[in-house]
Amino acid sequence: MSIKGKAYLMGAFEHPLRDAPDTSTAQLHAECARGALADAGLSHLDVDAYFCAGDAPGFGGMSMVDYMGLRNVRHMDTTETGGSSYIVHVGHAAQAIAQGKCSVALITLAGRPRHGGNRPGARMAGGGGGGGLSDGAPEAGFENIYGGSTHNTYGMCAMRHMYEYGTTSEQLAWIKVAASTHAQWNEHAFLRDVVTVEQVVNSRMIADPLHLLDCCVVTDGGGALIVTSPEVAKSLNRPKVGVMGAGEAPKMPLGGLDLDLTHSGAVWSGPRAFAEAGVTPADIKYASIYDSFTITVLMQLVDLGFCKKGEGGRFVADGNLISGVGKLPFNTDGGGLCNNHPTNRGGITKVIEAVRQLRGEAHPKVQVANCDLAIAHGTGGSLGTRHCAATVIMEREG
Amino acid sequence: MSEPKEMMSRPIPAPAVYIETKPFWDAAAEGRFLIGRCLDCGKAYWYPRNICPHCFSDHTTLEESPGEGVIYTYSVMHRSPTGPYAIGYVTLNEGPAVLTNFVDTAPDGLTIGMKVKVKFQPTAGGPPVPVFAPV
Repeated sequence: MSIKGKAYLMGAFEHPLRDAPDTSTAQLHAECARGALADAGLSHLDVDAYFCAGDAPGFGGMSMVDYMGLRNVRHMDTTETGGSSYIVHVGHAAQAIAQGKCSVALITLAGRPRHGGNRPGARMAGGGGGGGLSDGAPEAGFENIYGGSTHNTYGMCAMRHMYEYGTTSEQLAWIKVAASTHAQWNEHAFLRDVVTVEQVVNSRMIADPLHLLDCCVVTDGGGALIVTSPEVAKSLNRPKVGVMGAGEAPKMPLGGLDLDLTHSGAVWSGPRAFAEAGVTPADIKYASIYDSFTITVLMQLVDLGFCKKGEGGRFVADGNLISGVGKLPFNTDGGGLCNNHPTNRGGITKVIEAVRQLRGEAHPKVQVANCDLAIAHGTGGSLGTRHCAATVIMEREG
Repeated sequence: MSEPKEMMSRPIPAPAVYIETKPFWDAAAEGRFLIGRCLDCGKAYWYPRNICPHCFSDHTTLEESPGEGVIYTYSVMHRSPTGPYAIGYVTLNEGPAVLTNFVDTAPDGLTIGMKVKVKFQPTAGGPPVPVFAPV
């Protein structure tokens, strides 16, 4: 059963806070939900499906459904694929709606890494502790001890990419330049200053070959989305953004033979989503591409088919990703590199900005003309070890 | 003659040891490096486990490896309170890629394709863990 035309993104909300010392994580989730429901013109009593991932506190979905009083929920999904979870959720929500399991799906993300929760790198930071047999992630004893963080595991990918394809730091820097060019117009963006290629490559080295300005921001906050049935969408006074195709794909070492860190799971999730939607990369007017690091963007754009393998460096250079300048406007909110990467998970803001673009509600300085078809794509987990790629293709209706 | 550059080193915490992986760590304590090998499909794999990640067989073993290979990729982490350290993958001569730290080299001393060999680094309260050094 295809999801094409069976579900619509009718509400989207990005929390305005970037520093939340006084708001609990549960409250941030709820505030995002309220914002998205208000945007759609729906009430929490209309919500009959709830989606969240590992950032939800306590017992995850159950704790949050109770906290928010979502008494009419009849479908839950707490699929956890790190930062791409919320893109996976859009696809899963569309499936559930297409099968009649629900008609109003709420997806939330929130967290407070600046105030002690979900610190970046915590996933791989510790060892197992001496003494006694434990049980847990099967790879932990062989990986968590080596000081892997997002920075250096993505750095490993960038290093190999440079070795195989001659990709340069200057080419990667253009991705940050494009994001910062967009972020200057976003009043909520964590970083609003426009930067140059020279500033990026001269910023301090964090994890070879990634500099400080190759890395995304660390922000509190969150976001939420509403996915509805066609009947509910028709009843609402909002532009209709149809979910046209979705794909997901895990990628991991699987025993370590033929390891290839120069591509992501997008090589599989992308074609699945494009096939379901019946469109090609050339048809896409706007792209939200997960930008945990500059290298993440380059690899995913190549994997999704926006350019040929080996040409990614040239494709992202010289402003090609800047709205109004280049051929593929990307992350017009400033992305994770400049605007927001709430609780170190950037998937939901990717969908939110795509919805803004398709509605024509992006900032006028970055709004893509006649934006009727957009893609949101993310990678959750680590590009350098194991991750899940998720792709959603959306179309403006009418 | 210039001063030799400081060699990278990093304190490594004790690894999580499970019932399934205790034989690997017992061998590590004796200075022996083991990798997984499937007795049905014949392929080597990393990390050690009892079910073959290639063919799903439970007919597997741990075999001793010289721990020799080449650097597939690496990244030197500069944001570290204990000084720079290198994480990366070694492609073992047997085939599998192994995530590890590189030691006994300066931060600018690594290249992709460089030959390396395993050695064991002590941990506090746990078995020694495999790291790799240029040969």
